[in-house]
Amino acid sequence: MLISIKRIFHSGWQIFSRDKEVSLATVFILFLAIFLVSSLFLFTDLTKLIITSTQEKIDISVYFKEEADEDDILGIGKEISKFSEVKAVEYVSPEQALVEFIERHEKDPLLIEAVEEVGRNPFLASLTVKAWDPSKYGVVSSFLQTADFQDLIEKIDYFERKSVIEKISSLSSSATKIGVLLSVVLIIIAVLVVFNTIRLSIYNSSEEIKIQRLVGASNLSIRGPFLVQGMISGLIATFTCFLLFALLSWSLNSSTESFFYGFSLFNMFVSNFWVLLFLQLITGISLGTLSSSIAIKRYLET
Amino acid sequence: MIKFENISKIYPACLPGSKPTIALADVSFEIKPKDFVSIVGKSGAGKTTLLKLLLAEEKPTRGRVFFKDQDVHRIESEDLPYLRRKIGAVFQDYKLLPSKTTYENVAYIMEVIGASDKEIAKTVPIILEIVGLKDRANNFPPQLSGGERQRAAIARALIHRPEVILADEPTGNLDPYHTLDIIELLLKINRIGTTVILSTHDKEVINKLGKRVITLEDGKILRDEKRGRFIL
Repeated sequence: MLISIKRIFHSGWQIFSRDKEVSLATVFILFLAIFLVSSLFLFTDLTKLIITSTQEKIDISVYFKEEADEDDILGIGKEISKFSEVKAVEYVSPEQALVEFIERHEKDPLLIEAVEEVGRNPFLASLTVKAWDPSKYGVVSSFLQTADFQDLIEKIDYFERKSVIEKISSLSSSATKIGVLLSVVLIIIAVLVVFNTIRLSIYNSSEEIKIQRLVGASNLSIRGPFLVQGMISGLIATFTCFLLFALLSWSLNSSTESFFYGFSLFNMFVSNFWVLLFLQLITGISLGTLSSSIAIKRYLET
Repeated sequence: MIKFENISKIYPACLPGSKPTIALADVSFEIKPKDFVSIVGKSGAGKTTLLKLLLAEEKPTRGRVFFKDQDVHRIESEDLPYLRRKIGAVFQDYKLLPSKTTYENVAYIMEVIGASDKEIAKTVPIILEIVGLKDRANNFPPQLSGGERQRAAIARALIHRPEVILADEPTGNLDPYHTLDIIELLLKINRIGTTVILSTHDKEVINKLGKRVITLEDGKILRDEKRGRFIL
């Protein structure tokens, strides 16, 4: 049994190493498929990050009347934070609001002058409410409008931002769905291309397979080396792709950080190191061996 | 041991208007163990078809082929290798594995039957020397001449000492010296107990052998003589 396995591996390596052009083509196609799958995996992560970053910028502000007591406002904040839909509630005092305004508009002295002209702090105390899901802001807003403390509320700015919030929420959901659909379609295409490439390379060996059958070789001893060849191609494609990913993520890191809200491609690569390696190995080896297995089947049945 | 019973092989017409090709028409004969049988006939007489039917490379249109009382065309696909290992075949077109060297081609059969590496390493060089290919062991088939390929095919057919040798034009590309050697080798193997079925055009070989000769013409047996001569 051991001798048979050894011979199968030896034969598989022979097929791979002696037909260099076909082997190179197979490795290249597998490399492309693995690269695509890995890119989609990382792209999904990046998409989630962008969507999350965008969603985090969404919030609603509840402005309280001037006469509202700070302790009451803080108590209301605690009430609101008990909601399962609410992620965080932040209290912004009138003084803090003024400071933030001045910081935001420090390059616009006219605006600051206008505020000074008022003679007093025009800003109201507020609670900034962030929800886990942008689509839940409506629920939070409805609660605020019907709550006991609604008399203390001057304004809820949800209604001004409602259309923007809804649009962002809808876009995020669509982007996720499109991303998944695109991934599935591209993966199917990649699998089909790999399968057909390997099928063609085995077609190249169809005469040899026929001879092997005629001289009494068993199906296992014929099939085995081709599976090994597929596995070797998959392994080489995997390691090449993995090295390329490491290199690309490192070299493009600074570009991605500046372009994508501080997103570090290299950090993402490192944090997903084992998952990515495992994913690539599974993709490479399974694509290589499965395609070989299916492609050779018809030559063993005739 | 081998029995052809009312065998007919008809290849259907390929093109509209053309006729089907009758390769064999109601052929029946029997070969006993240790027989040395030559099958002669013009090109297209059906010699190669007979050998292909025995190997189950082709299926008969009618009739049955028996190998040791087993209908070869009723054998399950996964069991066919076991039949084929009992038969050493020298094909007319050599059928060497192009991706393997001469040594590896000959060793392949030993691997198929499960021989150990030690046995292979011991036996293959001997057979290569016998057929005069010791110096061509590391060459691939495309690098060999027609005669060398033929000798490699012969070596592959003989090395595992099968019960039956099927030789389809084994000396077709050989010079007289090598032809004599190969025929002597086949005779020697036959004397040890292997059944030999030889398909040939070579008149000298047939007449020298003085063994059973089955003459085919247009897919039918014309003559079946115990000590035959080449007569067409």
